[in-house]
Amino acid sequence: MDWNKYEAVIGLEVHSQMLTETKTFCGCSTKFGNPPNSNVCPVCLGMPGVLPVLNRRLVEFAIKMGLATNCRITPYSIFARKNYFYPDLPKGYQISQFEEPICVDGYVEIEKKDGTQKKIGLVRIHMEEDAGKSIHDQGKETLVDLNRCGVPLLEIVSKPDIRSGEEAYLYLQQIRQIVTYLGICDGNMEEGSLRCDANVSIRLRGETRLGTKTEIKNMNSFRNVERALDVEIDRQYLLIESGDRVKQETLLYDADTNEVRPMRSKEEANDYRYFPDPDLVPVVIDDAWIEKVRASQPELPMERRNRYMREFSLPKYDSEILTAEKEVADYYEEIVSGLKLKTEAAYKQASNYVMTDVLRVVNEKSVKIGEFTIRPSQLSRMIDLINEGTISTKLAKEVFDEMLRSGESPDSIVEKKGLRQLSDESEIGKVVEEVLQANPDEVGKYIGGKEKLFGFFVGEIMKKTRGKANPKMLNDLLRQKLDRLKN
Amino acid sequence: MDVTIKDVEHIAKLAKLNFSDEEKEKFTAQFNEILSFMQKLDELDTSKVEPLSHVIELENVMREDVVKPSLPTGDALKNAPSKTDKFFKVPKVIER
Ligand SMILES: [Zn+2]
Repeated sequence: MDWNKYEAVIGLEVHSQMLTETKTFCGCSTKFGNPPNSNVCPVCLGMPGVLPVLNRRLVEFAIKMGLATNCRITPYSIFARKNYFYPDLPKGYQISQFEEPICVDGYVEIEKKDGTQKKIGLVRIHMEEDAGKSIHDQGKETLVDLNRCGVPLLEIVSKPDIRSGEEAYLYLQQIRQIVTYLGICDGNMEEGSLRCDANVSIRLRGETRLGTKTEIKNMNSFRNVERALDVEIDRQYLLIESGDRVKQETLLYDADTNEVRPMRSKEEANDYRYFPDPDLVPVVIDDAWIEKVRASQPELPMERRNRYMREFSLPKYDSEILTAEKEVADYYEEIVSGLKLKTEAAYKQASNYVMTDVLRVVNEKSVKIGEFTIRPSQLSRMIDLINEGTISTKLAKEVFDEMLRSGESPDSIVEKKGLRQLSDESEIGKVVEEVLQANPDEVGKYIGGKEKLFGFFVGEIMKKTRGKANPKMLNDLLRQKLDRLKN
Repeated sequence: MDVTIKDVEHIAKLAKLNFSDEEKEKFTAQFNEILSFMQKLDELDTSKVEPLSHVIELENVMREDVVKPSLPTGDALKNAPSKTDKFFKVPKVIER
């Protein structure tokens, strides 16, 4: 069987929950974790006779997202009713956008493992409201909590430009980075702040028509999206190769078994009978508004990564890790800006400390880097102390651990623990002399040609100075003395 | 295009309503009457008219993103035929 003659065609629909204070059309709080049915009012409960009023910040967030994804912002956009019955949707319709969504025709750039870049097109981004939550697992009845009902969402619809699970993963990662950098969504897929559905079909390479597609739901992590898509692509491939046909249906992904299986299909499910919502007037966005939002846009993840490579001469690998999360990037830059000795080497040292020591502890303790015990200014100082020659990198490790324990400043730790590096030539010279005198046999062997013993002497001297001898000075002095003995 | 009894059944199903055969016949006839009445509008030439989504000439009616008090949970649940002290209760639904 020749897999290669087929290609997968994937489009993703991402729902991103907005970090507004209030719901889309009423003043109820969007705060997560409040008691059930406490963030509700006549508007979001769908009582008769109420009027929805649009949250201005949602429009701003949508413009932000549109600009960040190279979309055209629609000067005139309208809301529509999407009609269906479900207990978590008390009005019997969801207010969404159908014709004239707020953003159209954009793209997101992804970079694959082999370094090639690819643009994934966006059809549209539109504003809509979330539904409530049904809790199924209690007895014969379903419980409904409407706190989430009416919370604003942006739905981001990609073009069918994605060709593999890997590309879908990278695309989602980009979307997540963009929304978190913009500060419009917390990006947490496990908690449902980002949700993703996929449309998948396969076709022979070179074919321009689309094959019959299936829709996959219930993929609640980035890895699950990648795995579910790969599973579904294989399934369709085997179906077609065995002469069968793909049936248009909705599938649910089961992460435990790594399988997709058909959702009991609801007849006439897609007849939403959209029509313009007469309760809501058009949203008109002029250039002045767009420019105002543009002026407040933060630096985006890709831009920031490229700047790190340029400005701090960091390798791409470092730059990617440091900029993957905005908070980590902010933390890193605070260290850099706090450095007295601003050299490329120091930038790289800072990067190493963040990537290994800081992120290791942050992940172990699963704390947010913003709440991490060691503050960036402490690390700036520690790196300066290394580069001034006050402490060795080896002793810096001790300083780091002590900062982690006590939160004290590097200077007071160095003082208290007497970690200051020994950089006095005559003192080191004295110790070198002592060590050589105490080990006449080894000195003899060294002179006789066993040069490996150099390391032995270094070790002995370090032991005597409790690791504090300035390594470069030690090396130079030791070599001088041994050379002199040789001749 | 005429509305058939099938269309009426489809619309009734979407609206979660059940009708007797008699009622279905009656609605089929009524739907057709309404549509043929509306077809009168086709006589107008609208090729130079912009589509209209709203009849009121207002735009950008918005509010600031400021939290207002919500209803007390007890009040929110007051009209519900079935409830617990915190939740609406509905017949078991499996999936959407
Ligand atoms: Zn409300």
